Amino acid sequence: MIIMKQKPFDDLLAAMETDEKVFLAGCSECATACKVGGQEELDALRGRLTEAGKTVTGTCVFDTACRAGGVREGVKEHQAEIDAADSILVMACGTGVQSLGDRLDPKQVHPGTESLFVGEVEALGRYVEKCSVCNECVLEMTDGICPMTRCSKGLLNGPCGGYSADGKCEVDPEKDCAWILIYRRLKDRGHLDKVAGIQGPHDHSSHHHPRAYRWPKPERPKKKRPQEEPA
Amino acid sequence: MSQLRDALAAGRFAVTGEIGPPKGTHVEPALEEAERHLRGRVLAVNVTELQTAVMRTGSLAMCRLLLERGIEPVYQVVCRDRNRLALQSDLLSAAVLGIENVLLITGDHVLMGDHPQAKPVFDLDSVHLIQAAAALEAGHDLAGNDLDGAPTFFKGCVAAPGSEPMEPQVLKLRKKVEAGAQFVQTQAVYDPERFEAFVEAAAGIDVPILVGIVVLKSAGMARYMNEKVPGVQVPDAITQRMADAPKEDRKKVAAEIAGDLIRAMRPMCQGAHLMTLGWDDVVPDILARAELA
Ligand code: SF4
Ligand code: SF4
Repeated sequence: MIIMKQKPFDDLLAAMETDEKVFLAGCSECATACKVGGQEELDALRGRLTEAGKTVTGTCVFDTACRAGGVREGVKEHQAEIDAADSILVMACGTGVQSLGDRLDPKQVHPGTESLFVGEVEALGRYVEKCSVCNECVLEMTDGICPMTRCSKGLLNGPCGGYSADGKCEVDPEKDCAWILIYRRLKDRGHLDKVAGIQGPHDHSSHHHPRAYRWPKPERPKKKRPQEEPA
Repeated sequence: MSQLRDALAAGRFAVTGEIGPPKGTHVEPALEEAERHLRGRVLAVNVTELQTAVMRTGSLAMCRLLLERGIEPVYQVVCRDRNRLALQSDLLSAAVLGIENVLLITGDHVLMGDHPQAKPVFDLDSVHLIQAAAALEAGHDLAGNDLDGAPTFFKGCVAAPGSEPMEPQVLKLRKKVEAGAQFVQTQAVYDPERFEAFVEAAAGIDVPILVGIVVLKSAGMARYMNEKVPGVQVPDAITQRMADAPKEDRKKVAAEIAGDLIRAMRPMCQGAHLMTLGWDDVVPDILARAELA
């Protein structure tokens, strides 16, 4: 999921300096799991913003704020409260902020979180990055450990000379060297031959920003549109 | 014309040196040191490129200046700061400036240096960079486009014999040589036994190895490396020799240690790469002690 943290409250207030009335938007997915944009957090924010002199016109935890359909449903339900607000504070990832903002133009939206990375929730409050969504997955080669993401230098052909005897990366002794993890896993499984050949340079041509992906036409369902369908 | 290539091809024990460009335009001191202490004593001199990710004058310009003073350079090229367009372009630039020896390496992460805010590039890794140099020599670029005039390189790479576990280093070295690497300069080695184990593990890889000798300046430096530099272990006996040396004899003892290490490892490898960290004046003594002068 998208790992997020809330921006400092004072920064939020500064961004909303000229707004008297705000609507609070959250998201039922990653933002809820990261404890930044669920109902609980929106209620707490409502309290603090009210204390700071703002009027909160309403709150809505959108059913997946990065899904056009989810935004439409939430907006329909809360149209009056949204109309009454000078701006919307969005407690969701950067995609959620924009998917709301693009649909509610010219209503001002304020981002309320820092989007950190696509990550795994090891435990509540402990998140790690394992994939940088690179469009050329090499996990088959490494038996499931991503060198693009988990090696500090994104090396594809084996380690640099920087790992310590306890398998940590020279760049950050807190972090495991991805290539030592890969080496040990492949060796244990008798799969070292999988990384014996040269893996060529990554092809960046197919995924420049902004990326987009559409299902090929014949595969697109006719009646029920897939939820992932881009607008 | 690479003397380094010729010496290795002829089976002569090859010694290379190393200098680092200054942070700024004041290049004369480093060049003069190289002229005074390295010229005529080593076959070629590496010029480090933004070593430890610290911004400095570039390796390429220094290499050309060395060449103009009759010193054969080894141009270090790192993957950290440039994408594949710039890397290939700089390799071609080196060739037109008369530079043939190149050392193709990944490079330290930007977080290790003085601009931790910089974007690390690593578009290619060291294996890819070697492939790129080999492709240019074959008359085309990495994308397969033809070149109007192809360069000739003597392509080097690095390995860290002291790394634990060692097998991943050997695995990667094999790929580098498969990609076209023609010589290896290793990280600092202070333990001949450990080096011998590495050489044995790499026995099936057909490439000359120049053992890396970093001049030990003090016992404190030895302790620092043991703690902080992965893959470098200074045996206690060597640290003790430095600790016992009176201050005024330190350079002498440092040269003896380096010379003894080279003598011990000479039968196992094809050359030595001397990294003096600014103490270029000890090079003649090292070579004398190693019976190479
Ligand atoms: S290689 Fe790594 S970054 Fe790329 S898709 Fe696979 S897991 Fe994600
Ligand atoms: S030590 Fe390991 S994880 Fe760190 S940069 Fe080197 S290969 Fe990558």
